[in-house]
Amino acid sequence: MSRGGSQDAVVVEGLVKRFGGNTALDGVDLAVPEGTVLGLLGPNGAGKTTVVRILSTLLQADGGRATVAGLDVATQADQVRGVIGLTGQYAAVDEYLTGVENLEMVGRLYRLGKKEARSRAVDLLDRFDLSDAARRPAKTYSGGMRRRLDIAASLIARPRVLFLDEPTTGLDPRSRLGMWEFIADLVSDGTTILLTTQYLEEADRLADAMVVIDRGRVIARGTADELKAQVGGERLELTVGSVPELARATEELRSLALDEPRSDEQTRRLTLPVSGGAATLAEALRRLEQAGVTLLDVGLRRPDLDDVFLTLTGRPAEDAAPSGDGASTPARTEETVR
Amino acid sequence: MSALTNTVSDSLVITRRNLIKVKRVPDLIVFATLSPIMFVLLFRYVFGGAINLPDGITYAEFLLPGIFAQTVVFGSTTTGASIAEDLQKGLIDRFRSLPMSRSAVLIGRTVADLGLNAISIVVMALTGLLVGWRINSSVPEAIGGFLILLVFAFAVSWMMALVGLLVRTPEVVNNASFIVIFPLTFVANTFVPLESFPSVLRTFAEWNPVSTVVQAARNLFGNQPDSVPVADAWSLQNPVLYTLIWAAVILAVFVPLAVRAYLGTAKR
Repeated sequence: MSRGGSQDAVVVEGLVKRFGGNTALDGVDLAVPEGTVLGLLGPNGAGKTTVVRILSTLLQADGGRATVAGLDVATQADQVRGVIGLTGQYAAVDEYLTGVENLEMVGRLYRLGKKEARSRAVDLLDRFDLSDAARRPAKTYSGGMRRRLDIAASLIARPRVLFLDEPTTGLDPRSRLGMWEFIADLVSDGTTILLTTQYLEEADRLADAMVVIDRGRVIARGTADELKAQVGGERLELTVGSVPELARATEELRSLALDEPRSDEQTRRLTLPVSGGAATLAEALRRLEQAGVTLLDVGLRRPDLDDVFLTLTGRPAEDAAPSGDGASTPARTEETVR
Repeated sequence: MSALTNTVSDSLVITRRNLIKVKRVPDLIVFATLSPIMFVLLFRYVFGGAINLPDGITYAEFLLPGIFAQTVVFGSTTTGASIAEDLQKGLIDRFRSLPMSRSAVLIGRTVADLGLNAISIVVMALTGLLVGWRINSSVPEAIGGFLILLVFAFAVSWMMALVGLLVRTPEVVNNASFIVIFPLTFVANTFVPLESFPSVLRTFAEWNPVSTVVQAARNLFGNQPDSVPVADAWSLQNPVLYTLIWAAVILAVFVPLAVRAYLGTAKR
């Protein structure tokens, strides 16, 4: 990477990890500049969690190297553990301990004094809206509360680098929004964060830069805007009155599309990558009117990260299996913003 | 702070955490002590009349050291299930990402289970006193009797810790350990005198460390009157020494193996 090495809180070079005959990571490079958020994106099984587990010293890599805050995760694992916080995929809280006991325990294990651990625990519970539940066993917490307690636990020693592995998976939309606010607050405090997620909207909201991995390799990187620009063009999106009309509309408009149109029978929505802006929109409307297709909604929009994902990996972000319904653009090789 | 004081203080934090669970879920301790009480009563009153003992000893005095040993050995199996549960819930990952001592999670677990076993023994001893068990030795000897039971159970806990780390499913740990522990505690002098065993089984039972823990406890509690002979096997003639050797060997083998397994838990 061209960014200055000393300013990067996390540096990963050529990371390789194999599980038996299965290569989980096949030469991953990435860097997270100090005080920024990197979104590590990819479908299930892409290798996101493996990266996090190597960086947090839980796993040892088979090749390549990685440093966190300038410390080598393989040879200086003990020191690395002192400067990181980890929030794994499941909320790792002890359900029999109260909120405050959970945080105190982790604080003590980070070698904070008793008083210090207690006062930071109380502060964090307050900040994560858990003060009222501080003296209740975590067993009684909702999923969102457990996640917040889990993140609070990983913050108790004020880590320089925080790893968040799918922090909102399994949360309802309201809790997810709340969690985004908490994470955004952390960022404004200057914490460096590496965040994995399957939710593109989440990465768009929180991350300064993104790395997209698939099958253990980096397939794209850049800011959200850069990734969207990389995909290019605009998206013509329209909703028709019935399923037969969806097929008809697809046929009528296919010649306007730059790439294979994507249709969804459930929402009766058709999405086409196009160029030419308003003129293309007018042409599409003319053709559909001639064909007698009922239009419920129509619009032009910039590509979003879902489009990026689909274009890069040939499948939607939240679906590990290749999709068969016309979204079969072959995966491209890496187009880096170096 | 030195590495040793770090290990001690981290282990205390983890021990405390494990004991809080006992406080919050009193059912745990209730059931942990109810089953030995049930065993005491069942064996004392149901089987007691059918088991032939030489003159000079009552079945209650014969039985209680056996029940103590069986209960603490079974109590140690909870170590495996608890560790498997921590693994499943992601707590081991969290602990491993902290700058804490590498052995503290296992030490804290086995020490907490030692505490649970101590509580069980107290409850059983009180029940035993009610059904006719007596300590016929000196106070230091009696304390020695309780200690050897706990030392052996502590060693078994470390074996179970390794099982829990390798098997990873609490229910499977429970079933697997039951298959091993149940015969070990029954093919022994726990409930019936060894004289009644067929010869091959009898040799196994004589050298089974569960038998020697029981024998050591009987000797130390004064539940082995001189009028009642003990088998000639060296193990049973020197039960305290033989048991301590077993405990030392188990710890020497399983502590390093369990710590290594703990460090390698993140396979996926």
